[in-house]
Amino acid sequence: MSQPAMINRYRWYELVGIYAGIFLFLSFILAPFVEGFLVSLKPLGLLFSSPYRFWPENGSFEAYRTMWVSVPGFARYIFNSFFISTIVTAVVLLLVVPSAYAFARFKFRGSGALLAAFLAVNMFSGAVLLIPLFRLMRSLGVLNTYFAMIVPGVAFLIPSAIWLLRTYMMRIPRELDEAAFVDGASHFYTLRRVILPIAMPGIAVVAITTFIGSYAQQFIFALTFNSKTEYMPLPIGLYAYFGRQEVVWNELMAASFVGIAPAVIVIFFLQRYLVSGLTAGAVKQ
Amino acid sequence: MGIRRSTVILAWILLLPAVLYVTVIVAYPLVDTFILSFTDASLKKTTNWVGTANYEKIFNGTFAEVIIRTFVWTAFSVAIKMIIGTFGAVMLNAAVPGRPLFRVLTMPPWIVPMAIGIFMWGWMYNGQFGMISGMLQNWGLVDGPVAFLAHGSTAFWATIITDVWIGVPMVTLYMLASMQAIPQDLYEAAWTDGAGRVYRFRRITLPLLIPAMITMSMLSLIATFNSFDIIWILTQGGPNGDTTTMIIDTYRTAIGSKKYGEGAARAVLICIFLSIFCVAYFRVTHRLASGEHR
Repeated sequence: MSQPAMINRYRWYELVGIYAGIFLFLSFILAPFVEGFLVSLKPLGLLFSSPYRFWPENGSFEAYRTMWVSVPGFARYIFNSFFISTIVTAVVLLLVVPSAYAFARFKFRGSGALLAAFLAVNMFSGAVLLIPLFRLMRSLGVLNTYFAMIVPGVAFLIPSAIWLLRTYMMRIPRELDEAAFVDGASHFYTLRRVILPIAMPGIAVVAITTFIGSYAQQFIFALTFNSKTEYMPLPIGLYAYFGRQEVVWNELMAASFVGIAPAVIVIFFLQRYLVSGLTAGAVKQ
Repeated sequence: MGIRRSTVILAWILLLPAVLYVTVIVAYPLVDTFILSFTDASLKKTTNWVGTANYEKIFNGTFAEVIIRTFVWTAFSVAIKMIIGTFGAVMLNAAVPGRPLFRVLTMPPWIVPMAIGIFMWGWMYNGQFGMISGMLQNWGLVDGPVAFLAHGSTAFWATIITDVWIGVPMVTLYMLASMQAIPQDLYEAAWTDGAGRVYRFRRITLPLLIPAMITMSMLSLIATFNSFDIIWILTQGGPNGDTTTMIIDTYRTAIGSKKYGEGAARAVLICIFLSIFCVAYFRVTHRLASGEHR
């Protein structure tokens, strides 16, 4: 019929090639999850036997029950991860929304340089600055508390959040601000009543990417700044399944899937926003 | 004039919280690292200035080797990420049934907390009971078990592959977005003129994708250079230091052995490299952007 439909019509061998390529690609991406899931179904005896068997013969969900028994504090680790990421996301949004608005709407001397400086912060991971951060956390007296993982976590997520939200806000037509301005509204009022409601989808994207970022980066800060079991987030908590003799792999894998399930379910429903968040940077600015 | 000044003040009020926060948590530690690198700071109560002794120690030791290893590790990881990631994007860009689902399925390594994905790889690399060694044996490709993380050269590649796995979704989704930003009428015009699919890909898609590829490679370079979790969980830099990159070495020195001064000197070197990458990134993206306007 129309051109786009015709242009996208594939011959059978093209289709086979494309699906084979996708299969190959997704096999690489998903292999660890498939294997991890099968491991969680296998009894330890089968795991520690050779030759290797891919399918779990007489597999069961037993490990999903025993994981709660062998590490009673596991629910706490999941909660900690969520708690830390939620607070980090909230603080980042609080700091970033006004800054992004300022960068999007005002041009002043040094604004370009300041934006570049924020982007440069993005290039330094927490790992490079661990030594002074450790000393800073110690002198603030927050080592071995939630704050030790929240405070540095926020700093390294601010730059990309500012960048993302600024891009989004720049797409909001200036005429809207000006109309509000002419009606006598102040800048703060304009931000609150005009810009914020329109920017909500953008803010949602920033919130999601920040949450994921915080979830991912907890490892190094938790490893270095916290040694109290009750504050440990999920990635560190999983080390509880590393016994003295051997790792309880089936429970470790079961616990991993249980631990990521809530986040993955939430993200699955929000994935549409996620892609647009990522592409905001790709679409040339 | 009065209005201008008040808006500038307003802009700074809006920016102040974020600027202050980043100054205290990032800029101050940067300065502190630099100062510490000239001291013998450790767990001891007293700290003395030692001049450039820490730096001399670094260059008399094995650190030069660590620097080279870091660059080789990073270069391979970024190159493989770009190849696999772009391949995935090209495949997912084809308008075939199931595409939205396939796109979601590329995300897990990026979304799931890194440590969890790494644990799964750790099990797959297990020599006695792991999947990769087991499969290779079942297919008769190797004679005995291969303990990937126990030998230097296999551990080196194993850590790279895991790093690639974590980085690929980002590359794929970014390249996919860039491909979909290419105006559709270009393809339609070429199609009307009788250009085939391969020709259209080579003459339209690839050339227009090069700026995005350069940008992504540089972002990926910086992220990979900073990579810590993967090596730390899989090998802690071993065996015999064969997977010890600059970040791992810094962590071991500073946090493991509590030699803050020596660790800081290493961190300063990392910062210098990162700054060079950073400047290069700004220059390249600036040039790409100005090229587009011409």
